Amino acid sequence: MTVTARLDVQNSVPETVADFLRRLMERDVVDALLVPQRLPTGNNVVGSLVRDPNKLDGVDPIAPVMPVTSSKLAGSLTKVRAAGRVGVVMRSCELRGFVELVKLQQASADGVVTIGLDCLGTYEMTDYAQLIAEGVDPTAEAVAAASEGRVVPHEGYQLRAVCQMCEYPTPGFGDGYRPDVAIGLIGVDGGGLLVEARDDLAETLGLTPADPPPGRTAALEKLVAGRIAERDRRFAEFRAQVDGLDGLLSYFSTCIRCHNCMIACPICYCPECIFRTPTFDHTSEQYLNWADRKGAIRLPTDTLIFHLTRMNHMSTSCVGCGMCTSACPNDIPVATAFRAVAQKTQAIYDYLAGRSLEEDVPLATFREDELTALGERP
Amino acid sequence: MDDFEPRIIAFLCNWCTYTGADLAGTSRLQYPPNIRIIRLMCSGALDPVYVAKALLEGADGVLIGGCHPGDCHYQSGNYKVRRRVAILSEILDQMGLEKERVWLRWISASEGQYFADTVTEMVAAIKEMGPNPAKELWAT
Repeated sequence: MTVTARLDVQNSVPETVADFLRRLMERDVVDALLVPQRLPTGNNVVGSLVRDPNKLDGVDPIAPVMPVTSSKLAGSLTKVRAAGRVGVVMRSCELRGFVELVKLQQASADGVVTIGLDCLGTYEMTDYAQLIAEGVDPTAEAVAAASEGRVVPHEGYQLRAVCQMCEYPTPGFGDGYRPDVAIGLIGVDGGGLLVEARDDLAETLGLTPADPPPGRTAALEKLVAGRIAERDRRFAEFRAQVDGLDGLLSYFSTCIRCHNCMIACPICYCPECIFRTPTFDHTSEQYLNWADRKGAIRLPTDTLIFHLTRMNHMSTSCVGCGMCTSACPNDIPVATAFRAVAQKTQAIYDYLAGRSLEEDVPLATFREDELTALGERP
Repeated sequence: MDDFEPRIIAFLCNWCTYTGADLAGTSRLQYPPNIRIIRLMCSGALDPVYVAKALLEGADGVLIGGCHPGDCHYQSGNYKVRRRVAILSEILDQMGLEKERVWLRWISASEGQYFADTVTEMVAAIKEMGPNPAKELWAT
């Protein structure tokens, strides 16, 4: 059961959040916190693992930038078993990625306190750095707009494409995973931050039950409806483009097989990806034979096979965090492609990546009474 | 139709389909020679990358053969490949590749005739579809 409460804003929203997180440490709920902090230069926000409550002054989990997904960091911190009680402060896609990693046995939820917050969208890192250089305070701007129920970028800038089509601005809204503590920023209408906490935690943290902000649900529904429309528009565009082989090739024409998308992806956890093994370290004879059969071959080889295989291997767990697109040196919209494919592959099993810790990952389970026509003579 | 002879790559599970194919041979059953067999210990050992590679490197069709559901030598390998093939099929379809070129068939060790029939059926169907356009792409 959860308790709904309000947190009055002291000075600034990031400071209020920092105070709240400090409470978690001081009241012995967690031994350490994984939380984004501003670097002294101010132009980047990086993950930090904090054990001293006095080192929380620079925290800004609301900052609209996500250089790496914290789901991966949480995975590193909790692989096999967390060595202490770790609190992880994450936005929705990171939480959902963490849920998938737990189910894939690359992270552990035991002893972990999940603290989710509303995500106010993210910029590409270079855009964020540029905004800072121009003297903008992206966090304050985002918080002010969100209070009124709007998630919009700074004039002349765009949020990352995946953010523009993200249906999960609030962890737990609709079909999302519900964290132990959730901090709400959208549609709070200036009345302080919303906190929804598991009731045992609420008591420890001294949260007084209060009514949720009246306009919040409507604001979220409106925001999500707009995001879904944008998502469907982008998916339709992608599907139209790859409707034939020429379209498929053109989508990945600037791919150089650097594997950055795979490296940045939280779900691609294999320390030995098949594409980095001798299997794809072809011999001279193989290259010459292939070139002989076709007359000419593109080098490096296996560009399409790389993406097709990655889709087959991880699309059922894709949470749409967009790290792949952000990591691509040639700006290929990898996330749009993978999300569009994932929508359909997850639907085969009525599965939504990151929705629940109890649902088995589609590739790791089966039912005897499903897909019964597949493999039978028609 | 010109004299297009499809080239079909088959991934067959050792305990059922491969043995069934062997039975077809020892029984001297006639079936088209267009098939190139690769033996896997279990259909569940099939990774979609094998199928993707085959389709982009010269195969006109891919046949995946395994034990009937419930009869897998390793209990559940065929259930897993069934899920994998459903996903692969969906992805091929979305990416403009013809999913009808990939067949999954449960063929047991005693079904030599069924194996021969399946190959005959598949060769005819692929001939009808024509050569796989993907195999000629040089910039894959």
